[in-house]
Amino acid sequence: MRKLLTGILLISVLFVLGFAATPVMAEEEMTIGVSIPAATHGWTGGVNYWAERTVDKLDEANPHINFVLATADGPEEQINDLEDLHAIHDIDALVILPFESDPLTEPVRYLKEQGVFITVVDRGLADPEIQDIYVAGDNPGMGRVSAEYLIDRLDGSGDIVVLRGIPTVIDDQRFDAFMDEIEDTDINVLDWEHANWNRDDGYEVMQDFLTRFDQIDAVWSQDDDISLGVIEAIKEVGREDEMFVVGGAGMVEIIERIMDGDALTPVTVTYPPDMISAGLEITVAHFNSEAPILGEFIMSAELITQDNAEMYYYPDSPF
Amino acid sequence: MDLAKKLGLDDIELNYGTVKTLGPFIALVLLFILATAINPAFLSAGNLRNVFARTAFIGIIAVGSTFVIIAGGIDLSVGSMAAFISGVMIIVMNAAAANFGVGVTTVVIGIITSLVLGFLAGAFNGLFITKGGIEPFIVTLGTMGIFRSLVTYLADGGTLSLDFGVRATYRPVYYQLILGIPVPVIVFGIIAILSTIILNKTSFGRYCLAIGSNYEVAKYSAINVPKVRTITFILQGLCVAVATILYVPRLGAASASTGLMWELEAIAAVIIGGTALKGGAGRIWGTIVGAIILTLIGNILNLTDLVSPYLNGTVQGLIIIGAVMFQRSGSN
Repeated sequence: MRKLLTGILLISVLFVLGFAATPVMAEEEMTIGVSIPAATHGWTGGVNYWAERTVDKLDEANPHINFVLATADGPEEQINDLEDLHAIHDIDALVILPFESDPLTEPVRYLKEQGVFITVVDRGLADPEIQDIYVAGDNPGMGRVSAEYLIDRLDGSGDIVVLRGIPTVIDDQRFDAFMDEIEDTDINVLDWEHANWNRDDGYEVMQDFLTRFDQIDAVWSQDDDISLGVIEAIKEVGREDEMFVVGGAGMVEIIERIMDGDALTPVTVTYPPDMISAGLEITVAHFNSEAPILGEFIMSAELITQDNAEMYYYPDSPF
Repeated sequence: MDLAKKLGLDDIELNYGTVKTLGPFIALVLLFILATAINPAFLSAGNLRNVFARTAFIGIIAVGSTFVIIAGGIDLSVGSMAAFISGVMIIVMNAAAANFGVGVTTVVIGIITSLVLGFLAGAFNGLFITKGGIEPFIVTLGTMGIFRSLVTYLADGGTLSLDFGVRATYRPVYYQLILGIPVPVIVFGIIAILSTIILNKTSFGRYCLAIGSNYEVAKYSAINVPKVRTITFILQGLCVAVATILYVPRLGAASASTGLMWELEAIAAVIIGGTALKGGAGRIWGTIVGAIILTLIGNILNLTDLVSPYLNGTVQGLIIIGAVMFQRSGSN
């Protein structure tokens, strides 16, 4: 029995390795390391999808560039990844989407000092001097654009509830910008709770808000995954004519609803996980170009409506 | 015991015993009173339905965990297992929809898939523990990571969504009310009754208790210890499968964040309910009360703005510790 179990283990390990093993290009003139968070929720799932897709594409188009992709479950693990990328793969350039700004700043600075070209995506490091290229997501902009739409739609007054993400700097930036924007209006936030960018939590928190408040004019869910749970809770009690939901990110299922003109989800605000692709493309362009491509690139938060939804529709994306 | 009887001490023991036994139940009643005082909407039929339907997932899983823990084991893989089974169920049903349409057949195929996977996953854990001779903590820590990463792989890092047609057919399994009671609550009730009978009225139940209280003695009492322990893990797997069958029609999706931390909630429900973490003693109804208490805390926090949401975890922690302290105050 023990031998059988050992056999099962060995076969499983070989099986998994078979999946992972990809032929490494023999001719390698430079190596680009890519360090991103693991797919712990929908949005980071999207980041992984776009990172792999773009790496495959760039790998094929640039035989002289070798890519190494590392995903981490937390800041500590990401720091370990950076050490491995440097020590084992001897990378010439790094494209990083940092888990958190502060803990990753010094490890990235060290790589920079070793002569590695640094591209930072989404969250900035604590010291912007370190990066050569910065592709930024606009978190405060996302909160602001959402607030502008709500103010416009509600004519400046109404009762809303807010479902926030995982308590982090990103979440604070979005929420603070949103609250600043509605401060001088008669829009009243009945209450807010964390729904952790998670569909199940969105469903449960919204159920309880619906129990608690007899009249809700709108919901700011900040994330499309949360929205899907919220929608289910609203439909369950048949209050879909009373309110609408503003999410964020640009998830396939929500874009489809917007394209169909669903009254419950009239809009969403972009915070596209494909910004990692932009980071990769710009980095490769820097090395391929005769003139240096450096500086900051801001992916602005755009309002997706029925009119422009088509442009943001990628039916194959897992997010 | 005779001496105790002569001295009249057995009555005192009984009293202590009663407090100890009813502890979780009293804690639950206190929470109900607190919740109603904070927001009378708590007692509305709609809210109570929400609370009990939510409890069903963790509750059903925790019933399985009760057997595992009573027999001296622990299973950390249940949350990941639920995510993995949900993912495979969705893939299988989407594929079946192409061949069998979006009717009941497809849903039945999904349900069978879930039960088979739950059985196999439980057997995998159980056999590596008993035949492989590895601690339950290590084996299930391993499978916790394996199941979670498999669902991430299957979902390509994103979300697996059930076909909309199938979802419409399957939806009543979560949302339907029978005599005003949601289906998941009814299923939860049936499982609670069945497992109470298994634990208290069958030789298997007594073997679990015997193994948990003294492994060596159980072994020399001609109990087939490996077999009984393996069965507890298979029961746990089947409970996870049933919970998953109820979970999938709720939102029709599975992702890497499905069932996150469910293992800790299930274990907490078991302990709050008065089952000993080291095994050997326990009861099903306690676990059910424990699961309801855990869900209630979240519900109450959402129904009030007295507590900053940043402090939700603190309140949860305090109530969990308080409930267990209260439950044990009668027994030193």
